[in-house]
Amino acid sequence: MDFDLNEEQRLLKESIDGLLTDSYDFESRKKYMKEKGGWSQAVWGKLAEQGLLGLPFAEADGGFGGGGVETMIVMEALGKALVLEPYLATVVIGGGFLRHAGSDAQKAAHVPGIIDGSKTLAFAQLEKNSRYDLFDVSTTAKKKGDGWVIDGEKFVVLNGENAETLIVTARTKGDRRDKSGIGVFLVPANARGVTKKSYPTQDGLHAADITFTGVEVGSDAALGNPEDGLALIERVVDEARIALCAEAVGLMDESLKTTVEYIKTRKQFGVAIGSFQSLQHRASDMFVAAEQARSMSMFATMAGDFEDARERSNAIAAAKVQIGKSLKFVGQQAIQLHGGIGMTMEAKIGHYFKRLTMIENSLGDTDYHQRRVADGGGLI
Amino acid sequence: MDLAFTKEEQAFREEVRSFFRDNVPPDTRRKLVEGRHLSKDEMVTWWRILNKKGWGVSHWPKQYGGTGWTSVQHYIFNEELQSYPAPQPLAFGVSMVGPVIYTFGNEEQKKQYLPRIANVDDWWCQGFSEPGSGSDLASLKTKAERKGDKWIINGQKTWTTLAQHADMIFCLCRTDPSAKKQMGISFIVFSMKSKGVTVRPIQTIDGGVEVNEVFFDDVEVPIENLIGEENKGWDYAKFLLGNERTGIARVGVSKERLRRIRDLASKVESGGKPIIQDAAFREKLAACEIELKALELTQLRVVADEGKHGKGKPNPASSVLKIKGSEIQQTTTELLMEVIGPFAAPYDVHGDDGSNEAMEWTAQIAPSYFNNRKVSIYGGSNEIQRNIIAKAVLGL
Repeated sequence: MDFDLNEEQRLLKESIDGLLTDSYDFESRKKYMKEKGGWSQAVWGKLAEQGLLGLPFAEADGGFGGGGVETMIVMEALGKALVLEPYLATVVIGGGFLRHAGSDAQKAAHVPGIIDGSKTLAFAQLEKNSRYDLFDVSTTAKKKGDGWVIDGEKFVVLNGENAETLIVTARTKGDRRDKSGIGVFLVPANARGVTKKSYPTQDGLHAADITFTGVEVGSDAALGNPEDGLALIERVVDEARIALCAEAVGLMDESLKTTVEYIKTRKQFGVAIGSFQSLQHRASDMFVAAEQARSMSMFATMAGDFEDARERSNAIAAAKVQIGKSLKFVGQQAIQLHGGIGMTMEAKIGHYFKRLTMIENSLGDTDYHQRRVADGGGLI
Repeated sequence: MDLAFTKEEQAFREEVRSFFRDNVPPDTRRKLVEGRHLSKDEMVTWWRILNKKGWGVSHWPKQYGGTGWTSVQHYIFNEELQSYPAPQPLAFGVSMVGPVIYTFGNEEQKKQYLPRIANVDDWWCQGFSEPGSGSDLASLKTKAERKGDKWIINGQKTWTTLAQHADMIFCLCRTDPSAKKQMGISFIVFSMKSKGVTVRPIQTIDGGVEVNEVFFDDVEVPIENLIGEENKGWDYAKFLLGNERTGIARVGVSKERLRRIRDLASKVESGGKPIIQDAAFREKLAACEIELKALELTQLRVVADEGKHGKGKPNPASSVLKIKGSEIQQTTTELLMEVIGPFAAPYDVHGDDGSNEAMEWTAQIAPSYFNNRKVSIYGGSNEIQRNIIAKAVLGL
C-alpha cells in the first residue's frame, strides 16, 4: 500500500505544472477561449511536445505506456489550471476506445495524429432522452454492404466543433434500451450527412449538437464488436469518470487555495475576514470535503485496474458520488466566502465554480451513481 | 501508488482475525454487537487474553512490551479489532498515560507502572477536564501544593470516563498559580483509593453511567508521583493528545455497524417487505458507505505516510479523521434508529452492570444513538478540530 508518486511520476507532475504555470494564467485563458472551437492550438502543440498527448498509449503505438496514475496527474493539473483543451475527449475517451478496441489498422490511422497533436476527437454519445444511461441508444447503424449507414441525433458533444473524428455510439440491433446490439463507430467529422450546431458551454468549453443523416461509413469504422459494444463503452466511460474525478480534485484544490488567500487579504471591520471563526470553519469544511474527494479520486484511479467489471464500476460510481458532493460544497462555499466579487466574471473563482458544477452533471450525476452503488449491494 | 496490501500484510490480517475468532469470549462479542455495556470483569478478562498474546500494548516500543509492527500492521490490527468486534484496549492506560510514562517518566516509574498498565492490574482514568475547563483545558484550576515530601491536591475533575472502575488517575494540576495559563501545570499520578478522593457517577442521556465527577479534598500524594518535570505538564498533555491520530476515525466500528444495519434491514419489514428493498433507505445506506470508504482511504493515506516518513510531521489529511469519523459514527446510529422505527421506544432499565439482559436487543439502539452524540464533543470537539485545520493547515 503506497500513495506516493514514484520518481517518474513526480517528474511528470512537475513538467505539466510548469508548462501550465507558464502558459495558462487567467488572462491567457480568456484569449484561448476566443480561438476556433474554444481552445488554443498553440497550447495543444506544447502538450504534444512534452509527450502528454501520447501518455496512455502503448509504446508499440508510439506512446509512453502511462497508466491510470499518470492520467490522474495530468487531469489534476489540467483542472488546477482550468484548461480548455480537449484532453478528456481526445486522449482519455478517444484514446481509450482505440487502446481497448482499435485494430492495428485503426490505431495506425488515428493514434499518431493524436500523439503529435494534429488531430482531435470527440465522443458523440448523449441523446435527447438517454440522460446518463449508456445503453439508451436510439441512433441507428444499419448494415449496408461491408459498411454501415448511421442515422440519429447526438447532443452536447464536447470538442464537437474542432474534432476531425467522431466516436459515435449507435444501435445495430434491438430496441432503444436493450443492452445488446450497440456498436461504436469512427466517423470522419466531414463525412457527408454530418451536420453540426456548435456553441460554448456554461464552463467555457465548446460543444456541438450533431445530426447524422444517412451517413455512410466503411467496414473499418466499427471499434470492437458492433453488435455488443456496451462493455467497451462502460469501460471507457469509467476511465473518463476517473479522469473527471481527478480534474475536479485539481479544481477544488485551486478553489480552496484561492478562497483562503482571498479571506486572508480581504478586510472588513478593520480586520481580515479570515480571522472570523464562522469563515474559518467554513474553510475547514471545504478542506475536509476536498481531502475526502482526493482519497476517492485515488481510489477510483486504482479501481480502474480492477479485473472484476462490477467491482470496478461500483468503486468508480462511489468516487463520482463523493466528488459530486465535495465539489458542490467546495464550489458553493468558495463563491460565498468571496462575497460579491465571486459573483463576477472578472474573478477566476466563478469560472472554477462553473467547471466544477458541469462535472457533477457529466457522465452520471451524484444521485445516479449513488443509486448504482445502492442497487449494486453497497460498498462495505 | 498501490492500493493492495502485501502478501505478508494479508497473512497478518488472517492471523489477527483467527486469533479473535478463537479467543474473544462469545458473550463479550455479542454484547458489543448489540451495543450493550460490558462489565469490568468482561473487559479485563479480554485485555489479559490480549496481553498474554503479546498484543496488549502493541504500539509501545519493544523494550516495554510492544510488538514492533509497521504502521500498516497497526492499522490492520485496529480495523480487525473494531470490526470483529472485540473491546479496544483501555485507552487511558495503554494509549495515554503509558506513552507519557515511557517517554517522560524516570526508570523507577517505568518499572512500577508500565507492566501493570499492560496487564490492566491498574485501571487508569484521566483527570483532565474540569467543570470550568472543557475545550479551554488550560484554564484548569485543580491545585497541587507542595508540602514536605507530599503534594496536597484540591479541586474537581469531571467527565472522568469509567472512574468508577479506576485504581489510578493521571491528573493535570496547577502547581504554579502565578505562571501563565499553560506554564504552571504538572502531570501527577495517584491512587483513586487515596483518602479525600470522591467519585460521583453522572448518568448520561443514554441512561448509562460511563462518566463521573471526581472530587479531591486534601488528597496527599507522594512527591515522586510527579511525571517528568514540574510545570511541564501541558507539554505532556499535548503529546498525549497528539499521539493517537488514526484510531480516532474508528473506521472498523462504523464498518461493523453498517454490516449490522444491512443485516437488520433485510429482516425488519416496512410496507410488507424488508426495509432494504426500499430505494430511499438503500440510497441513504449507500451514501453512508461511500463516506466511510472515503474516510478509510484518507486514513490509509495517513497510515502509509507515517509508515514511510515517520510520525514527526503529521499529514494534513489526519485532521479530517476526527471530524468525519465522528460524523459517520453518528450517521450509523441514526440509520439504526430508522431501521428499528417504533421499537426504538422501549427503555431498558439498567442493572448494576449497565444492562438488563432480559430486555430485547432493540432496546439498545436508541441509547446507542443518544450515547454517540458524544463522539463529536470529546477528544477536542469538532468545532475545535475546525479551529485546528483553519490555523495549522490553512494558515488562517
